[in-house]
Amino acid sequence: MIRARSLWLRTGGPVIGVGVAVLAAAGLLLLAGASPLEAFRQMGLGAFGSVNRLADVLVVWGPLVLVTAGLLVTFAAGLWNIGIEGQIVMGAIGVTGVLRLLQDAPLPPWLVLSIALAAGMTAGAAWAVLAGLLKTIGGVNEIFGGLGLNFIASALILWLIFGPWKRPGIGSMSGTEPFPESLGLPTLAGTRLSLWSLALGLAAVGAIALLLSRSALGLRLRAVGLNARAAFLLGVPTWRNLLVAFGLCGALAGLAGFVQVTAVYHRLIPSISSGYGFLGLLVALIIRYRAVWVVPVAAFFAAITIGGIQLPIALQLDSSLSGVLQGLLVLGVLFSDGLRHRAAARS
Amino acid sequence: MSRPGAWGVRLLAGMLLVGLAGCGSGPAPDVAAPPQNEFVFGLLMVGPANDHGWSQAHFEAGRYVEKNVPGARMVYVDKVNPSDRPGTTPAQLADDLLARGARLVIFNSDDMKDGALEFARAHRDIPVIHISGDSAWPEGRDHARLPNLANIMGRMEHGAAMAGFAAAMTTRTGRIGYLGPLINDETRRLAAATYLGARHAWTQVLKRNPGQLRFKVSWIGFWFNIPGVTADPTQVADGFFASGFDVVVSGIDTTEALAEAKKFSTPDKPAYAIPYDYVSACAEAEGVCLGVPYYNWGPAYVQQVEAVRAGTWQPSFQWLSPDWSDINDPDRSAVGYQKGAALAPAAARELDAFIGALAGGLNLWTGPLQYQDGAVFLKPGETATDAQVWYLPQLLQGMTGQSVSNQ
Repeated sequence: MIRARSLWLRTGGPVIGVGVAVLAAAGLLLLAGASPLEAFRQMGLGAFGSVNRLADVLVVWGPLVLVTAGLLVTFAAGLWNIGIEGQIVMGAIGVTGVLRLLQDAPLPPWLVLSIALAAGMTAGAAWAVLAGLLKTIGGVNEIFGGLGLNFIASALILWLIFGPWKRPGIGSMSGTEPFPESLGLPTLAGTRLSLWSLALGLAAVGAIALLLSRSALGLRLRAVGLNARAAFLLGVPTWRNLLVAFGLCGALAGLAGFVQVTAVYHRLIPSISSGYGFLGLLVALIIRYRAVWVVPVAAFFAAITIGGIQLPIALQLDSSLSGVLQGLLVLGVLFSDGLRHRAAARS
Repeated sequence: MSRPGAWGVRLLAGMLLVGLAGCGSGPAPDVAAPPQNEFVFGLLMVGPANDHGWSQAHFEAGRYVEKNVPGARMVYVDKVNPSDRPGTTPAQLADDLLARGARLVIFNSDDMKDGALEFARAHRDIPVIHISGDSAWPEGRDHARLPNLANIMGRMEHGAAMAGFAAAMTTRTGRIGYLGPLINDETRRLAAATYLGARHAWTQVLKRNPGQLRFKVSWIGFWFNIPGVTADPTQVADGFFASGFDVVVSGIDTTEALAEAKKFSTPDKPAYAIPYDYVSACAEAEGVCLGVPYYNWGPAYVQQVEAVRAGTWQPSFQWLSPDWSDINDPDRSAVGYQKGAALAPAAARELDAFIGALAGGLNLWTGPLQYQDGAVFLKPGETATDAQVWYLPQLLQGMTGQSVSNQ
């Protein structure tokens, strides 16, 4: 009896959560005058209907996984790194700065790209550490500090694109002048997918999973995340670990910026983060910070993002409905978790 | 903490939602093969299809093609810009239209230049039309030499001059504001053309001192408002009206100037606006609208679709003038000017005479003209070439506002 109840708590809650989310999405689609089944079918086709579309899903998946992997670190340390959008942006700015500086230098492309990668990770990490310093030294909650830094990063990227880094004679939302092909990560023939992006994503998840579960640093971060005061009293240097967590997350966000510039857009654009920072927060929330689920859940969210493009094309619906669906899924699953915990507490 | 089994259920449910829904059709193509007499063409629009501006003008041109070319069917995606569709590129979205059966793809914005070229290079068998670009212009600065790329643009310089003319005939304060989008060759020449039309009315019709005409350009940063990214066009228009400008000519794709003119207009201090792009744009505030210079893409689209269908399509650069026999002929003229209800009858008569003069060969791009910094643009009697107009590097003397974006 107890086992059956436990099984129900483990599985029934999530099913209800997803079910509620699906029903709510279906209701919205009906209100919009569309058939929910057809909408879901079109989204599925949009994500998996051809090799190219699957590749496009993976193009989203790469940076999303990098960002989510980084967020696992800050979440483990009990931090809400809302500033991750700005960290992606700063990483992309760092990458672009190096590429602009060295694109005509007599250096092999792999070396230029390596320096750009290092610059992107450093810039992302520095921006994240700044949020950490605001928290540890200035007492600024990381949510507010992160939001402020996001605004500053957005302003900076716009200023660069419409100012010093603008195309000859033109300040354009389409971004800076594209970089030479040699300074882009190679892509699979006929697709926009770079295997480097996938490899970096998988490597990041693996490294973070090991870090959090098998290393002393991971243990310290989790100790700080569970109870910072107790950890401090037990001799764990809290503020230093918080900064390390910010730095690691920011570095991975900067790496995502590197992928966006060198593998996706091949230039700097105003929306270079593509909102993956906030999407990564949703993924991290829905998986409750468990590294093993980053890969499939990020793939699922990437599929919704790409599949959602079909809503306006096939059904003349607004594709922002896919974002609504993602939000509903997160809310549904969190809601089911809440119900499950209440039920568990009662039992 | 949950165990993986529970997460498996979540994922499974999710995949049922999206993944299996799509895979249910197996490897079949997205859509059934189109009927043999059907011709599918794709349209990517930078803004919303119902923006009462640039994108709606293209959208309705697509519908015009469907109505006038038997078997033609449009597939489209709007809001093709990085803010509205993060994580996508125009070329990627064009691929989606291709998968829907499109055999001709139209990119409707200068900002899609990279995407249009990328797509054209990747699909050499698909004719690509990049609206407002110059990559197919053999005499242009950026000729891409692609066998499947065409550019189409209307000579809106005429329409802009008509707008400037109507503005100058109406202003009481002698202050005309120009609500500009971002700064590039196209927007500079359209702002300059508006000024030339205004100056012509001011000096040649009203016989006033050109020094008394103030023409100020304020750029918002893009073709429409993107909160947090561009300057807010509502606030920019407010700023004009609040500082003594009584006519605002809009160069952006949406109708904020019109809405703000309506808000500011009083019997004592009337305020007016001139929207842009879309033939019915004045409908939003007829009482303050002096008219709208608009594009009529339908006839050119029909020509392109029919040429592709007949196998006679060729890459080309087309900079289309109004049909001077009737600039508002929906089946012939690429550019028109729809007079607004707020344009006084006398001003309307003068505008008709001005349009007649343009039809008769009046060229406002005739020297002496100076650039904004005082350098000579055209010597006395010299007329500008197409390239000089297209690639106008600065605003003109007499205009205030930025000529190039900030360093």
